[in-house]
Amino acid sequence: MSETVEIRLTVNGEAVTRRVAARQNLVDFLREDLGLTGTRAGCEHGVCGACTLRVDGAIVRGCLLFAAQLDGARVETIEGLSDSGEIAVLQAAFHERNALQCGFCTAGMLITAAELLARGGVPSRAEIRDFLSGNYCRCTGYHAIVDAVEAAARTRAGNGPP
Amino acid sequence: MSERPLSFLDRPNSYIGRSVPRPNARRLLQGRGTYVDDIRLPRLLHAVFLRSPYAHARIAGIDTAAASRLPGVVRVVTAADLAGLYTPWVGTLSHLKGLKSAPQHPLAQGRACWQGEPVAAVVAESRAQAEDAAAQIAVEWQELAPLASAEAALASGAPAIHAALGDNLAFARAVDTGAVDDAFARADAVVAETFTFARHTGVCLEPRSILAEFDRSERRLTLHCSSQVPHMMKEIAARHFALAETDVRVICRDVGGSYGIKIHVYPDEMATIALALLLGRPVKFVADRLESFVSDIHAREHRVAARMAVSKSGEILAIDIDDLTGIGPYSTYPRTSAIEGNQVVNLTGSWYRCANYRARLRVAFQTKPPMSQYRAVGHPIACAVTEGLVDLAARAIAMDPAELRRRNLIADDAYPCTSPAGLIFEKLSHQRALARMLELMDYAGLRREQAALRARGIHRGIGLASFVEITNPGPAFYGVGGAPISAQDGCTLRLEPGGAVTCAISITEQGQGTETMVAQIVASVLGVALERVRVVTGDTERTPYGGGTWASRGAGIGGEAALQAAKALRANILDLAGAMLQAAPADLDIAQGWIVDAVSGARRIGLDEVGRAGYFRGDTLPPGIQPELVATRHHQPRDYPFAFTNGVQASWLELDIETGFVRLLKHWVVEDCGRVVSPLLVDEQIRGGVVQGLGGALFEECLYDGEGQLLNGTLADYLVPMAGEMPDIEVAHVMTPLAGTELGAKGAGEAGTAGAPAAVMNAINDALAPFGATVAEQPFTPARILRALGRT
Repeated sequence: MSETVEIRLTVNGEAVTRRVAARQNLVDFLREDLGLTGTRAGCEHGVCGACTLRVDGAIVRGCLLFAAQLDGARVETIEGLSDSGEIAVLQAAFHERNALQCGFCTAGMLITAAELLARGGVPSRAEIRDFLSGNYCRCTGYHAIVDAVEAAARTRAGNGPP
Repeated sequence: MSERPLSFLDRPNSYIGRSVPRPNARRLLQGRGTYVDDIRLPRLLHAVFLRSPYAHARIAGIDTAAASRLPGVVRVVTAADLAGLYTPWVGTLSHLKGLKSAPQHPLAQGRACWQGEPVAAVVAESRAQAEDAAAQIAVEWQELAPLASAEAALASGAPAIHAALGDNLAFARAVDTGAVDDAFARADAVVAETFTFARHTGVCLEPRSILAEFDRSERRLTLHCSSQVPHMMKEIAARHFALAETDVRVICRDVGGSYGIKIHVYPDEMATIALALLLGRPVKFVADRLESFVSDIHAREHRVAARMAVSKSGEILAIDIDDLTGIGPYSTYPRTSAIEGNQVVNLTGSWYRCANYRARLRVAFQTKPPMSQYRAVGHPIACAVTEGLVDLAARAIAMDPAELRRRNLIADDAYPCTSPAGLIFEKLSHQRALARMLELMDYAGLRREQAALRARGIHRGIGLASFVEITNPGPAFYGVGGAPISAQDGCTLRLEPGGAVTCAISITEQGQGTETMVAQIVASVLGVALERVRVVTGDTERTPYGGGTWASRGAGIGGEAALQAAKALRANILDLAGAMLQAAPADLDIAQGWIVDAVSGARRIGLDEVGRAGYFRGDTLPPGIQPELVATRHHQPRDYPFAFTNGVQASWLELDIETGFVRLLKHWVVEDCGRVVSPLLVDEQIRGGVVQGLGGALFEECLYDGEGQLLNGTLADYLVPMAGEMPDIEVAHVMTPLAGTELGAKGAGEAGTAGAPAAVMNAINDALAPFGATVAEQPFTPARILRALGRT
């Protein structure tokens, strides 16, 4: 239980070295050791998607990874993606369309949506709904989120609403 | 010019009725919100609870020695260790005659009455250490017979869960207008069904959380809560921990979903407060998902046997219902667990003209987690029962279900009127709403499409559900029964020296847009830009006293308080500006941050100049002028006990008769919530509410075995609606402003949840109609639909 591991990784572009408990998951590491509280645990079963973040460019569930697995990894969280401006178009679309209420799922939702948008083109509403089905939202009913992702995809594709 | 109205609604730059993005959403979009678990304090400790693994068991002994010795552990406590720190609580209200319950404590007192009841607590330097220690607590359990179902609990000879109460009947109520049997006897058709509603729960993505700090030097308690009701929590903490009411402060920053889950007093949260008092160090408790499923209040669990009498010409003649509901071992404090059943009795059938009504309600104790108020309290049950009966009746007399509704919904010119159970309706618009719905969804076109598809073996269904929704409750809900729950709210506005406005208001924000809605009202009335208004909520030391957020009351009550406060501040500002400009205040107005000539609109001086004069340059003001650049107003509904809203929902879905799967194709809502302050926010409340209703109708169920053990208590096993299976939801409004307030707003937060299950049930049954099958047991899972089809 008290076994620790030293890890060196990059978090939001900054080099980080820490000694972590072998059993600590990535969400707890980010929140407790680095103070990056934008990544949130919703179910700790890898189901709800609230803890979605990027490791080495791919979206993952932070609650299903141990921090000790991340030696040498490149981690990007909502804080880093906000500061870099990479998901600004999506954030603006979510803001405009009120595609969030309590905000607890929002970071994970945005990071998942960014993955879909990175594939290019303008996905259909059904494709958006399907892609976001691993991210639970209890407030919005999803309609506004689908609208916002669709609008952001159109903006990125260089054309406005149809 | 003294007759000039304060035309905040039609000013050219009014924000009322406009959709604006929520300023406070920016931090949430960047992951920079602050929920309770994000708060770090020096010397913070973490509490973890050991919970009962049994639905009903005696605690013969608890050995905490091994747990206490583990690294990082500061204290392990059981019930005896907290004795004397608090007074127990009982969830009764004096106006619910006969309601009984037993005293509740932070930790089980020698016996646990549900699987999940907190039994012992560990406080440690980290949560992980506390969890390690909790696993080392040894409890000697002696299992007792569970009483999992409400039926079993009320069976003759069933042992009383609380011997002192005599039996397991917590509450009962009956309504009988008389002549019900006569009406059934002369009916052309009588339809009957038993509707069941499974237990489900809120699944707030942010679990319940509390951080309690106690300063021993001043005996001051500060609670950082994930709560909808900061002032109630302050009152509760002061009462039960014997603290001065001025020595308790409750702060609610960002709240990650609530839906009624976070308005109750929970034993583990009270234990966390007790631990902070005991240890003199800040203590945090954040429920994990597994314990949320067995410790958050559950909702629903009703079985309603219902009948309706109807004439050949389509007149609803009588309704008769019998509701049995199970509420767990305690009535939840302080709102009780009898309100939901009471609402079912009050609401069923109340939007139809039918005068003959009989209802019986029985509320039973059982050994499951406590059940209490959750979004749309009682409404989804009353609506599904009523609207399910209406569709059955339509089928029995071969009348179109929309037409049967049109013939029986209360006429729009019949108000005010009183329902058979005594509800007073001020002014509703059922007929207009139904007409608007039939047009919006192209009802006739959909019926044609449905018929054409049926011929090809594709089974689609159309379901309608009219409803009423209780909003803006006055003291009749809780205060009259003795609960420290305020039905009024207050708003304080302060003009800042630079012309901006700080607004402190007692209603609260959980993401529904409260702060934005309030800012829209304040900015409109004061004549300033929206971004010049900063709204403060969720802090009992920084806002006026008020009820918070529940029962769809934010816009109707808090919004009116904000409107009246803004009018008062406006008058104060114009008084000062008049003195500065040697003009009559009535000849001045405020527009876009300027004092202007009321008639010509010509700019005279900026609000910043007024603020500067008021705060820094009193020397320049005429003698006798005392600037008063703060105003506070409160609002409390007085004319009616509740402001009812009304609406109608419709569902269009496709049923796969081979698999029993339901595919939702489209959902519509026509809602009359009075004046719509912020269309974007209102529509999103409706949509979110609809999907919570759809969750209960199709997926969500706390599955219990006969021993009272939860079988699906993880988010991997308990289904909630996901994006892929939800439909687009079209929302339209009829607007009947509420009388008695200037704003005219009613509530909108729960209407979606109230009507959605009924609409889906009716649509499924419409799709099943060619097979002579019906379902009435929520959630409508594929297995239940196949059973109805005789395919299992």
